[in-house]
Amino acid sequence: MPWIDACATDDIEEEDLIRFDHGSQTFAVYHSPEGEFYATEGLCTHENVHLCDGLVMGHLVECPKHNGQFDYRTGEAMRPPVCVNLKTFPVKVEGGRVFIEVA
Amino acid sequence: MARRDYSPFGPDAQRAVESGLTAAEWYHTEVPRKVMKELMQRSDQPAIRDTIILYGGMILLAGIGIALWPSWWSAPFWLAYGVLYGSASDSRWHECGHGTAFRTPWMNNLVYEIASFMIMRNSATWRWSHARHHSETYFVGRDPEIAVMRPPELAKLILNFFGIIDVIRFFPTLIRNAIGGPTAEERTFVPQSEWGKVQRVAIVHLSIYVATIGLALWQGSILPLMVVGLPRMYGAWHHVMTGLLQHGGLADNVVDHRLNSRTVYMNPISRFIYWNMNYHVEHHMFPMVPYHALPRLHEVIKNDLPPPNRSIAEAFAEMWPAIKRQVLNEDYFLKRDLPPTAKPYREDFHQYVPSMTRPAAAE
Ligand code: FES
Repeated sequence: MPWIDACATDDIEEEDLIRFDHGSQTFAVYHSPEGEFYATEGLCTHENVHLCDGLVMGHLVECPKHNGQFDYRTGEAMRPPVCVNLKTFPVKVEGGRVFIEVA
Repeated sequence: MARRDYSPFGPDAQRAVESGLTAAEWYHTEVPRKVMKELMQRSDQPAIRDTIILYGGMILLAGIGIALWPSWWSAPFWLAYGVLYGSASDSRWHECGHGTAFRTPWMNNLVYEIASFMIMRNSATWRWSHARHHSETYFVGRDPEIAVMRPPELAKLILNFFGIIDVIRFFPTLIRNAIGGPTAEERTFVPQSEWGKVQRVAIVHLSIYVATIGLALWQGSILPLMVVGLPRMYGAWHHVMTGLLQHGGLADNVVDHRLNSRTVYMNPISRFIYWNMNYHVEHHMFPMVPYHALPRLHEVIKNDLPPPNRSIAEAFAEMWPAIKRQVLNEDYFLKRDLPPTAKPYREDFHQYVPSMTRPAAAE
């Protein structure tokens, strides 16, 4: 699977996320409070809303539309109205850049 | 022009989906990410303070009401208790349902369950109806929370100031939910995985009502019902008053909350009861912003919004004649003016789907 260069590490504040589009796919890339990086699919599984306008609290991301929450490390749906987990993608950091392994 | 059909199985609902209205993107005022992040921050402190005041006030008022019962001197205490029970529970249900009132999830969930019971809503069903209300605000046939259906039935609106229509609808649904889970209509927006929960919640609520009625019969007094159940009627007026103002008289089937929602400046007591939902355009545009930050959000985006009504009385003076006009002409609505600093309405948003558009009767 190819590793795609998504952004620089300092493009994302700690405890925040950004949107990253690649081809027809859209991703959300997260910077955790511990300084780790994670990636999930970019759209909420409830109604296809971009998560990039949402709020990161610890290891949770809250969707901006109906406040559904996911654990962005595992993609697990944590709070209604989301019921379906988010897909997650492997991430590595090299030379100050964040790479996502795109399926 | 055919009359609006608010059934989720009717032609308006079908047209909203087929025409693409339900998939359309809503208008949002641009707010820098840094500012929005700051506004979205959660905190337990304001909601803990307000919850202590609310529940403390309820215990005190009900205690005095019971002590003075059956004297008429107890009446003012019941009236005040009723507003906290039958109206403040609406806003607590709302904010905790969004999960924004407290930072700590269990606090949101606890207050949400208590408030759902008091406002007579099944906590499992209404979480989903409210999600639909946000996705498809005032789309005819799709939004299950339309307070003023057109043409409005004024008698029903007025009766509901005493909770009469809500309560008459609530108990048959509660019994049906307790016996068989969600109704066919509710199954259009509650996912199947939650149907069992709808039934369990209904059984708990029903059991409490049965126990309260049993106690009242055993004591030969309505006093237990003055504490549980009846305040949903004698204290409902405030949440009905503020609830009607949210969208009453404004456009339906549009994808710009500036057109279909109303912000009203209110006195501090009403704002406490209503938990700042008087900033209703702001809340719909940015449901992530907790109630205590809505006044700040209002300051940030007000130049892009219609001027707010300056009081409850002023808002009613605007809305009520419009609702009365809709009795004879259901296509009539109030079109909101924007300040010169605002981004204009996109007319294609306002008349998003030609087949949904009715003869323009706005002023
Ligand atoms: S779209 Fe994300 S919670 Fe509804």
